[in-house]
Amino acid sequence: MRLALLLGVPLFWMVGVYGGSLAALLVQSFFRLDSFAGTIDRSPTLATWRDLFTDANMSVAARTIGMASSVTLASIVIALPLAYFIARHASRRTKAVLVLAVMIPLWSSYLVRVYSWKLILSADGIVNWFFERLGIGGLLDAVLALPAIGGPSLSVSYIGQFLVFVYIWLPYMVLPIQAALERVPRSFIEASADLGAHPATTFRKVVWPLAIPGVAAGSIFTFSLTLGDYIIPTVIGDSSPFIGLAIYSYQGVAGNLPLAAAFAFVPIAVMGLYLFGAKRLGAFEAL
Amino acid sequence: MRRITSLVVALVLAVAACGGDGTSAEDGPLQEIGDSEDKVVIVAWAGYIERGETEAAYDWVTQYEADTGCAVEVKTAGTSDEMVALMTGSDEFDLVTASGDASLRLIAGGTVQEVNTDLVPSWNTVDERLQDAPWHTVDGKHYGVPYQWGANVLAYNTEAFGGNAPTSWNVIFEPMNLPDGEPNAGRVQAYDGPIYVADAAVYLKSTRPELGIEDPYQLNDEQYAEALDVLRTQRSLVGRYWHDAFIQIDDFTNEGVAASASWPFQVNILQASGEPIASTIPTEGATGWADTTMMHVNAPHPNCAYQWLDWSLNPKLQGDLAAWFGSVPSVPAACDGNELLGAEGCTTNGFENFDRISFWKTPTDDCNGTEAAGSCVPYYRWVTDYLAVIGGR
Repeated sequence: MRLALLLGVPLFWMVGVYGGSLAALLVQSFFRLDSFAGTIDRSPTLATWRDLFTDANMSVAARTIGMASSVTLASIVIALPLAYFIARHASRRTKAVLVLAVMIPLWSSYLVRVYSWKLILSADGIVNWFFERLGIGGLLDAVLALPAIGGPSLSVSYIGQFLVFVYIWLPYMVLPIQAALERVPRSFIEASADLGAHPATTFRKVVWPLAIPGVAAGSIFTFSLTLGDYIIPTVIGDSSPFIGLAIYSYQGVAGNLPLAAAFAFVPIAVMGLYLFGAKRLGAFEAL
Repeated sequence: MRRITSLVVALVLAVAACGGDGTSAEDGPLQEIGDSEDKVVIVAWAGYIERGETEAAYDWVTQYEADTGCAVEVKTAGTSDEMVALMTGSDEFDLVTASGDASLRLIAGGTVQEVNTDLVPSWNTVDERLQDAPWHTVDGKHYGVPYQWGANVLAYNTEAFGGNAPTSWNVIFEPMNLPDGEPNAGRVQAYDGPIYVADAAVYLKSTRPELGIEDPYQLNDEQYAEALDVLRTQRSLVGRYWHDAFIQIDDFTNEGVAASASWPFQVNILQASGEPIASTIPTEGATGWADTTMMHVNAPHPNCAYQWLDWSLNPKLQGDLAAWFGSVPSVPAACDGNELLGAEGCTTNGFENFDRISFWKTPTDDCNGTEAAGSCVPYYRWVTDYLAVIGGR
């Protein structure tokens, strides 16, 4: 009886509230918008799912997944050395300072940080000014002239959008990797060295495999957070829609709830696949 | 089991009680204003109902409350769709400041009631051009009181245009060099809402007369496809689409934006901070918005609501609001002698441009009731297709 009470509330939350909303969403996606009245036709149909797989919608999904993947990769590359230093080399005091430094941005408003980056990256912003002063303004222009990822200025390009995404989500990568590396016993690394392994070999054969659960856990955060974000793409970048924005327009502006519901299953499916892969890499052991 | 039954009974009673209050307008509009209720609840755009809390000089609520004893409660909404949803889903609101792309939907849905203009003594002071406007008048019945209106202007950087105002929207629709010798690509912006398709239609209406566009909100498939083509060309020129007025202000200031469809609101702020920005309505005309204060069919406080409708037309309120919002008063008398608006305020905000504006309305598949169903492209397709255009498709 007591167990039932103890589990009842979380179970109700997970199955009833959370699972129930997902089920309602799924049901919605099998309705369709009546093109004449603009109302929702509640007889089951696959028409909405057919509308979902248009070229335009798939390009929105591809853009979002591409951005989420590159942000995740870049976060790993930046976070790994930082986390390694924090976990293995920093003194107790330095470690506290560094962990605090990683966390502090999370204490300020997400919106304030995004809008500040808009100013930092703008055509008249400090990054541009810095490049000009160093006499390498041409270099920045050359980067911005790149097809597809460039644009009139950093704040109006995929490059700028990518930088801001990485900045915003990086702490969620550093902390799990650090937690994973803390758990690698020093004796393993000493043993590897004693057996004559080059430091690079030790990293490849001992540290990296043990860090993988942390990397996978961090990547779940950076990937899913980028996948679901719909603020950054409206403030930074060239306004090309991301999945979150598309869902918002279909639901909020067009009143096309069925299509929005169907589209909502794209990130759910992508994350499902991702979590499946992450589980096989042991990500859930480092959480 | 018994407990559950009594719970159900209690619930049913509660629901019945909720549905029972409020007045119904089934017998036609109110004929006489009675005693004030305790309050009036208004759904409004942000900045539309100010009580001096943002800026002390901008206060048009305190006096009304003192005069009538009706406390004003405001629920702000960010989009027309949100307004429609709030009004349809509830019986707790009395009034809404609906734009033209929401007002007809509210009337058609039976959400708002006819207004008895005899109970609004200031009705005769309303701009004659607005009194019978089609976005609040259906079959000769008035479903609201005009509040404010404005145009979606072409804002431009006077330095990039060598001091001359551009005469055509083509500076943001076609690739070209601007008068400063630099190409316009990457230096123009467009509005991030699907209703912007109408701006392309306004442009096509005069540049491609053979398409036969009469009303930019009533497009057949061929005209619509042409409008989308214009927008696709524009996509290659636009760095960023704007949807937040303050982001656009920042883009004009820091990103070197040379021209964009914009609102007088942004232009006024940019000019006040000394930026070389001006605005114009090109020869093709422009789109615009006109807001109407409408009354819920089951308004719980009709007497306070009617008193607000009349109050909303007083020249002081209209002038102050126009100065605050960068809009045009619906009462011409408000243009004279308003301290906050200034002598030229109405002209600056576009008072003379009424006839050149195609006011926002929701595109429907029966061309707003003028043709057979299926003759015009409805709004939900505008949403899907405009999103695809912005995504480069």
